[in-house]
Amino acid sequence: MSIEAASLRAATPARESRRAKRSRAASIGLHAALVTASLIAVFPVFWVVVTSFKPDALAVETTPKLVNESSLDNYTRILSGEKGDFLAWFGNSVQIALLTTVLAVFLSATAGYAASRFRFPGKRKLLLSFLVVQMFPFAVLIVPLYNTLLALGVQGTALGLVLVYCTTAVPFCTYMLKGYFDTIPADIDEAGRVDGLSPFGVFWRLVLPLARPGLAVTSFYAFLTAWGEVAFASAFLSAADESKTLAVGLQVFVQQNRTEWGHLAAASTLVAIPAVAVFYLVQRFLVSGLAGGAVKG
Amino acid sequence: MVLPVVLVIAVLVLYPLAQGVFFTLTDINESSIANPVLDRPATYEWVGLRNYLTVLSGDASYGAFWATLLRTVVWTASCVLLHYGIGLGLAVLLNRQVAGRAVYRVLLILPWAVPAFISAFAWKYMFNAQYGIINQVLRALGLPDPVWLGQSNWALVAVVIVNVWLGVPFMMVSLLGGLQSIPADLYEAAEVDGATPWQRFRHVTLPGLRSVSSTVVLLGVIWTFNMFAVVYLITGQNPSTRLLITYAFERFFSGASRDYAVASTYGVLILSVLLVFASGYRRALRRQGEVW
Repeated sequence: MSIEAASLRAATPARESRRAKRSRAASIGLHAALVTASLIAVFPVFWVVVTSFKPDALAVETTPKLVNESSLDNYTRILSGEKGDFLAWFGNSVQIALLTTVLAVFLSATAGYAASRFRFPGKRKLLLSFLVVQMFPFAVLIVPLYNTLLALGVQGTALGLVLVYCTTAVPFCTYMLKGYFDTIPADIDEAGRVDGLSPFGVFWRLVLPLARPGLAVTSFYAFLTAWGEVAFASAFLSAADESKTLAVGLQVFVQQNRTEWGHLAAASTLVAIPAVAVFYLVQRFLVSGLAGGAVKG
Repeated sequence: MVLPVVLVIAVLVLYPLAQGVFFTLTDINESSIANPVLDRPATYEWVGLRNYLTVLSGDASYGAFWATLLRTVVWTASCVLLHYGIGLGLAVLLNRQVAGRAVYRVLLILPWAVPAFISAFAWKYMFNAQYGIINQVLRALGLPDPVWLGQSNWALVAVVIVNVWLGVPFMMVSLLGGLQSIPADLYEAAEVDGATPWQRFRHVTLPGLRSVSSTVVLLGVIWTFNMFAVVYLITGQNPSTRLLITYAFERFFSGASRDYAVASTYGVLILSVLLVFASGYRRALRRQGEVW
């Protein structure tokens, strides 16, 4: 759909009185467009889930069927560790993704708050540099990062990977959260100070609770960054099977078992479930949280 | 409070970046890098600008830089245009009172929540020339069924489709937030003045979205330019979909001796292209009176 097509029904503000004016045809067109887009958005995921129940041989038949001797076999075989140490990978990914989320959100919330409320030399440059950091291709960083992690003594460990993911997530999150904190009136801070809270108390007990939508978005972003990352994880984690993350383990699995589509689909479904669960928890905050950051950004 | 972030970034980004730039001036690779595990000292040597000269000469054995750059620009432009156009269209639709709006919103954002390597796998399966669902549907409709992921431009089309699918939700959500921050009085005033829907879109909605748009488009360009996972996981080392970033990765990870120097050179060139773009973009915005 192009901008033009959309704009024909575009600029009517969402108000009940206008709604009555919308013609039946426009209404049908609106729903048709949304249903089509939703189908396209959901179909690949749906298709993987459907495939995950089929035996490998039937996943590649020339006439696609929704159900074809479907069963839970693929899942039981993957969870039992027959196809690589799936549960260990899963545990590693959970650990790394959660640590990254907590650390990145904490760092970027404090930094974003400071950038939003205090004046300090180099503030504009700092914010600009956060944007520039987004441009760094990992190809330049990967070898030096490897060296740095070695020097810090965390190469090959989950902590090292968490630190690397933080460098991706923190600048964007700080940028978003600074914009979000800007939308919270500074009067609230002052009122808190008058009532005897310390500066940190103001931040922790007044501002953070108000910033929940912004925090939800940044946690979502940080979690996904760590959960789905392939390149750094495959370069930095040791080759031992039990230290891999899901992203790396599954790549090996794909390369070794090109034809096992059913098993791959089942593994993929299992990997997607936590991400979708996190998404579902934060989705109602997404629009307001992202808007606060990007509008003021 | 900023200090921890500055420290983390300095240690894990700026210092490695400086070192990475230094590597581009050497002939470092797998066999000449210092290896503390084997207790082997570094043996790489200073080669000046040789890496840049070989890469910029466009030599095919060094990734045919100019052709790859052109492909990367085409890829970035088409992806971001489609992201923005479709994202804006859907945001405008979702900003209206629609029955089931919350459901549509969750469904439409779903692609964002699925890890990229899972999406890559899903699309690779769907794009398969013989038994992929896409070609089966095309055949059923009597349309031609190309070999999507082969050595042709169809592969580039395929990865663009996948990346558009992945990237639209972020744009849509950001723009939806932007739309909701436009005061409703502006639309009422425009309507009182007799503006047509198109005029209202053109003169109220688009200017109201200016600052969101400028940020998300810039981020979109940066992210798409450096989008590695989708392309590499779907088509692998296919020259028809080779982008600057995937070539850097190829250079880094494959081959008998991992060529860190050329990979870093590509990285520095990518960074330069993006910096030039960003400053030009910023200047263009400033000329329109945008403070950013």
